[in-house]
Amino acid sequence: MALAKDYASVMGRSNEIMKTALGLDYQDFESGSVKFDYEGLMKSTGYTLDEVNRIQSLTGVGNTPLLELRNLSALSRKYAKPGFGARIFAKDEAANPSGSFKARRAACAVAHAKKLGYKGVIAATSGNYGAAVASQAAMQGLRCIIVQECYDSRGVGQPEIVEKARRCEAYGAEVVQLTVGPELFYSFLSLLEDSGYFNASLYSPFGIAGVETLGYEIAMQCREKLGKDPEVVVCTNAGGGMITGTARGLLKAGATNTQFVGASIDLTGLHMASDKQFNRKSCTTGHTGFGVPYATDPDHSDVPRSAARPLRYMDRYVYVTQGEVFYITEALANLEGIERGPAGNTALAAAFALAQELPEDAVIVISETEYTGAGKHIQPQLDFARDNGIEILFGDPSQDRPGENIVLPKDPSLIRCKDADLDRMRASLIRKAAATRNANPTPEDIAFLAEETKTDEVFVRSVLEQ
Amino acid sequence: MIKKGEWVRIHNIVLEPSERSPKIPDDTSKVPLEMWTKGFLQEDAEIGDQVSVKTAVGRIATGKLIEVNPYYTHSYGKFVPELIHIDKQLREIMFGGEE
Repeated sequence: MALAKDYASVMGRSNEIMKTALGLDYQDFESGSVKFDYEGLMKSTGYTLDEVNRIQSLTGVGNTPLLELRNLSALSRKYAKPGFGARIFAKDEAANPSGSFKARRAACAVAHAKKLGYKGVIAATSGNYGAAVASQAAMQGLRCIIVQECYDSRGVGQPEIVEKARRCEAYGAEVVQLTVGPELFYSFLSLLEDSGYFNASLYSPFGIAGVETLGYEIAMQCREKLGKDPEVVVCTNAGGGMITGTARGLLKAGATNTQFVGASIDLTGLHMASDKQFNRKSCTTGHTGFGVPYATDPDHSDVPRSAARPLRYMDRYVYVTQGEVFYITEALANLEGIERGPAGNTALAAAFALAQELPEDAVIVISETEYTGAGKHIQPQLDFARDNGIEILFGDPSQDRPGENIVLPKDPSLIRCKDADLDRMRASLIRKAAATRNANPTPEDIAFLAEETKTDEVFVRSVLEQ
Repeated sequence: MIKKGEWVRIHNIVLEPSERSPKIPDDTSKVPLEMWTKGFLQEDAEIGDQVSVKTAVGRIATGKLIEVNPYYTHSYGKFVPELIHIDKQLREIMFGGEE
């Protein structure tokens, strides 16, 4: 008998569909309360760091160059007090086959799908991950469907996302495009069910294990080039996979003194599911619209338990503006001779400011660059913003109003990052986790929530008592 | 007449406004959830007809035929003068305008 394919019926089969599409039963890791076995979930991949490295090497993924951005470091130093202004390095992840670090996640997810005998893979993503999965599917001989949120109700697509669709098609994937709305998940589930393909989720343990090599390489390259671990690693933060995997990799390499900083573009005030506001943002990833909800509630993703849990690793979370990221992207091209980003340069804008807090011999690494192309470049993105009524001006980025203007810093001294209230986010995660799973957390739950938020049991208890 | 076997783009309404999730903003709840995909046309048809296509992965999808030989028009955008200003400023700060 054919299954009913209406919204309620498909959503009602969500757990079943997911289990079939992931080859993994998340129930195995649940305690029945707030706590779940995160490390158990990560180990369930069965892939060690060496094994992941081997899988990635088969398709030319990883082992990307670590570039010192000498001119940008010198520029930053001009605005620091004497003796300050750290050396800024960038992990040139654009050198991966699909043009971004997402190739690392996709390599593992697709290899795992192949090992389990799936004929194809599906991923719901409007970002670089789509191209990464499509590229890996092409290399490993699987079929691929990418599901994108791309258009507003006028049929106007974000130029960045349209380019990513083109790239997926170039790798032979089918690209299913949708208008704005979280019900994309229904179409995604329906496609998973009909095709029997693997859910190459960004948030699976296979995907996150794939990012660990990035952190490990950063530690090894810094030791080789500089004889020490980096003082600070800055990761552009959206869904949380980058900082989770990178930090885990650095920690596996023994880099226990490195500070992990997340950076997002501040789009406070824009609603991510709003049809009218969809095209009033000028960066489609690396922003707070993903960064904050995924940090405070990682499990609202497309898998029952996300392997990306940024608050476990983040020591500091900073916001930059769209204008600052656009400015630093132009500076990267002009002063360093590499055209990358823009969204991946969120961490670079933050690092430019953070470097000024650190002494000259300190090392700050940004964990990624990403490819640039038609549509996915500051000129088309600024042009698109202007066409959509966004004012573009030079000034003080503190005057930035997401959806209304883009304030390009009048000069580089005005590139400043703003600290987000990490304790407030930690409290939010604790409250949400307690409310969703259980009203009376057990002592094990309290210990788990302290790990989840990189805090201690005293902090967790104080939040729960409020 | 568009011949069977042509590469085309189709469109669908996935959810009418009345069927949408209650948890979405007002403006989004007033419009349908729409979907597009591409594939080889399975029968001769005209623009606007309900058709079936065989997509890149070989699945059969149905929808309204809206475009034949679809192509991309995204670009590097129109000139944004602010970018040239940034370039000039950076060179002045870094190299002091010296020859």
